[in-house]
Amino acid sequence: MKAKHQRLTLALLALGAVVVAGLLALSALKDQASFFYAPSDVKRDGLPLGRAVRLGGMVADGSVKRAADGVTVHFTVTDGAATTPVVFAGIVPNLFREKSGVVAEGQFQADGRFVASNLLAKHDEKYMPPEMAGKMHETKTLAPDRGS
Amino acid sequence: MATLHALANPARFLKIARPLTPALFWAGVALIALGCWAGLTQTPPDYLQGETVRILYIHVPAAWLGMGGWSGIAISSIMLLVWRHPLAGIAARAIALPGAVFAALCLMTGSIWGRPTWGTWWQWDGRLTSMLLLFFVYLGYMALAKADADRGGDGRVPALYGLAGSVLLPIIRYSVIWWNTLHQGPSIGLTKSTIDGAILWPLPIMLAGFTFVFAGIVLMRMRTLLATAKAEARMRRMARA
Repeated sequence: MKAKHQRLTLALLALGAVVVAGLLALSALKDQASFFYAPSDVKRDGLPLGRAVRLGGMVADGSVKRAADGVTVHFTVTDGAATTPVVFAGIVPNLFREKSGVVAEGQFQADGRFVASNLLAKHDEKYMPPEMAGKMHETKTLAPDRGS
Repeated sequence: MATLHALANPARFLKIARPLTPALFWAGVALIALGCWAGLTQTPPDYLQGETVRILYIHVPAAWLGMGGWSGIAISSIMLLVWRHPLAGIAARAIALPGAVFAALCLMTGSIWGRPTWGTWWQWDGRLTSMLLLFFVYLGYMALAKADADRGGDGRVPALYGLAGSVLLPIIRYSVIWWNTLHQGPSIGLTKSTIDGAILWPLPIMLAGFTFVFAGIVLMRMRTLLATAKAEARMRRMARA
């Protein structure tokens, strides 16, 4: 019985250590494992110039402007605390819209603009039927609550 | 614990598992058929994604069993290491293959879903990468457990691997909360869900169906592994005689 209890304690300690190791890895990799820069990361740490990066956040309400050539799109990415102007020439994904998430791949320019070579749409964790979303749009509760 | 020790006798386990295997499997198939019908015809499309949202009825149960399978391997590993439960090693080996298949199904359906919604088949974000790692860890486990069994090992080495692999489960779960990722945050918590009820309701049917099928396959594989071990023991005895 005693050996069995010893093994149980050891196994549970090992399992606990493994889970804690996982959580530590999560928090330690927080900066490196991020999929994209948020506008406030850029504001705090400076522009990551001269290399391809991703910029993510919400497309600011009322910021999407199409240029006269028909393919160039200007919009602003926001995370609630800071904003970055983005320019992109190409086909935007179906789910690309204002007040919705976006991840842009491209490069920062020295003047702070972000020139995107590709856009990915990022949707939130809410799923609902269209008629219900219509109602909620009116009451403005659909505004995304996760900034980045 | 008492019931688990009663099942330690393989003969008693087989007596229960024999009728339970087809019952679980076919009940699961029936539930999946019901869930597919409901999910394809009885629910509204999503306001943003349209009809594409229906992939979630396959994707979520596949992810649940991909991760649930490894939880099963971890629990079996503890039972093998602590109580030397004779069926624990068999159970872990039986879980590994369907677990890997469901993890792969999760990755594939996720990829098919990602193309129309996000605009990409694959991105190296935290959630996608950690789930892919879990799939590879399953493959490693299967190779290790097979090698251990073939060499007449007692299963302790694969059990340690099974415990160590659990490191991925919290990483997969919290990757979308603690890191910024392309994958959205969790939709289903312990008490509430951000999926509207009109879209959500076939999902528990599919989860139950997938879980029953999974359990049926695991029992089937456990019986196969036990029968193989028995046949090999008999062959060895005959070879000696």
